[in-house]
Amino acid sequence: MPFMPVKFNLQKRVKLAQGLWMIYWLSVIVGILLFSLGIFFKIELRKRSEMMDNNESHLVPNLLILVGLLACGVNAFGGKVCHDSLDPIKFAKWKPMLKPFLLLCCGFNALLLLTALLCFLMQFAVYLTLAEGLKNSIKFYKDTDTPGRCFMKRTLDLTQIEFRCCGNNNFRDWFEVQWISNRYLDMSNDLVKDRVLSNVEGKYLMDSVPFSCCNPGSPRPCIQHHLTNNSAHYDYDHRIEELNIWTRGCREALFSYFSSMMTSIGVLIIATIILESVDMAGLKYLTTALETMEDPENPECESDGWLLEKGVKETFGDLLAKLKTLGKTNQVVEGGDSVSIL
Amino acid sequence: MALMLIKFDMKKRVKLAQTVWFMYWFAVMAGVLVFSMGLFFKIELRKRSELMDNNESHFLPNLLILMGLVACGINAFGGKVCYDSLDPSKFVKWKPMLKCFLMVCVGFNALLLVTALLCFLMRIPLQFTLAEGLKNGMKYYKDTDTPGRCYMKRTLDLMQIEFRCCGNDNFRDWFEIQWVSNRYLDFSAKEVKDRIGSNVDGQYLMDGVPFSCCNPSSPRPCIQLQMTNNSAYYSYDHYTEELNVWKRGCRDSMLSYYGGLMNTIGLLVVLVTMLEVAVTIGLQYIDSSLSTLVNPEDPESESEGWILEKTVKETFTDIMDKMKSMGKGSKVDEGGEAAVATVS
Repeated sequence: MPFMPVKFNLQKRVKLAQGLWMIYWLSVIVGILLFSLGIFFKIELRKRSEMMDNNESHLVPNLLILVGLLACGVNAFGGKVCHDSLDPIKFAKWKPMLKPFLLLCCGFNALLLLTALLCFLMQFAVYLTLAEGLKNSIKFYKDTDTPGRCFMKRTLDLTQIEFRCCGNNNFRDWFEVQWISNRYLDMSNDLVKDRVLSNVEGKYLMDSVPFSCCNPGSPRPCIQHHLTNNSAHYDYDHRIEELNIWTRGCREALFSYFSSMMTSIGVLIIATIILESVDMAGLKYLTTALETMEDPENPECESDGWLLEKGVKETFGDLLAKLKTLGKTNQVVEGGDSVSIL
Repeated sequence: MALMLIKFDMKKRVKLAQTVWFMYWFAVMAGVLVFSMGLFFKIELRKRSELMDNNESHFLPNLLILMGLVACGINAFGGKVCYDSLDPSKFVKWKPMLKCFLMVCVGFNALLLVTALLCFLMRIPLQFTLAEGLKNGMKYYKDTDTPGRCYMKRTLDLMQIEFRCCGNDNFRDWFEIQWVSNRYLDFSAKEVKDRIGSNVDGQYLMDGVPFSCCNPSSPRPCIQLQMTNNSAYYSYDHYTEELNVWKRGCRDSMLSYYGGLMNTIGLLVVLVTMLEVAVTIGLQYIDSSLSTLVNPEDPESESEGWILEKTVKETFTDIMDKMKSMGKGSKVDEGGEAAVATVS
């Protein structure tokens, strides 16, 4: 009892072939879209790799690029087969390849599913990498004369401006590191000496933040120094002031950006899986319809199409039996070998 | 003696019609492109209209939008005519309209050329609008509590950050105006009273700039206040310091941005004009070749195609004669009416 049989006449077969050809070209475009999204994601990770200690995993974008290319290839081939299916002569040369092709499509769908899962799960890895990377970035902000780190200040400033955030968790992270290079501190000054001596590690700590934390939407000019000292500025209360500097932390801002990107890509991949499954079902119907023509010489005869030749349970049982016989054949061969040695 | 005469047989006519049809669809896409460029330009002007005193002229983007739409319409119609030109029965219904349509096309092409010229010329009024608008923008920077101007600070800050510029001509423009609102000045402090008393207008002037002038590439944390006072900071010389704040003025930055945009759009419109001229010529060839069939009943007969039926000079004199006869015709009518009036 075939699984989901459908009767086909010539018109239905032609319509199926044409519709399937269009869906295959749509799938090629979706494949190109996946490829370009993979490249976009890779570029975004590279742009901000300094914030992540150059430690970020490029697994997801690389996988996306690979999957996009494979999708293009597989679907283009499928479209070609559909285009030729209406011509019996051309179709004859594709016929032997179709079964392995359908198995390949199944495998490809499994790969797509894995990629979608990774898109959702790797977000945790990105979060942890960001937390660690940002902490180090803030620490190295002042090292504008150290080769390899001289652009950290600029990158962090531009990130804080672009993502409208300040510090790792919030702006108080800047109070705990020295973010002014020693080259610009007058070590002979009493004030500087007091501050440096006031903590164990000898760091020049201030209750100030860099200018990139400033919020342009604030009605008053930006207050970046002496943030916790209410008497240093006229009509200023640091406990209720909200618009002066950005209150969000950069880890949260960057993570929400990457996470929304990865979630949308994951949703797109799931839609691609559904599309590919429809492609496979259509191709299976087309090939079975063309194989079961009652009179091969007469193109106008009726035929049957199905998804599986037997029911789901029986097909599954057959597969298991095949696997078992494969195992048994190996054992027999080994036994034969050992007999001949003796 | 026709201008650029070409002999056509059936095959050549079919090829011509197909090529011109293809080019017409290309021209429709070009029209869509011109429309979207006009829309983009309009949006860019609107985004920064606060900095231009809401005084900027939207003439050019509106013209571009109109031309884009008209181009789409004309080219779609032309494509339809080309498509039908291979079928004599369908072509018959278009034939009477073709001459007028070709005249309209020629007029449209001239208009496109004028638009391209405007793209290059409108830079000059824009320069003046920008200069005036930015000066006022800076003056109103502190008025964050005045309705209608409360977002000027934010707009100006974001612009200085995005365009990497400071002030109108350079950062010293900020030294000449009060950019701190009076609400945040402690008038009982001696220092504030001194500064306000030190100038005629009673403004609180400082040698400082807003934070948005800061250059993130500077190796040292940004120095925005007391900029001309070398002793206020360790190892600081304001004469040699170059990376601290942006050196360029915002008028220059914005002008180069908009100027570049207009140059690109102008170039694009010139290319679209050339495409339109090509399709007009192609349609003229199709029309003339289908009109001069040696044997009208036999579609496979030979024919000739041309751009102008007579030479340029003759066509020009013909047009002048036609206009003169039209003028004389109205005069004769007037004379006749006067005679009738006098008789009765």
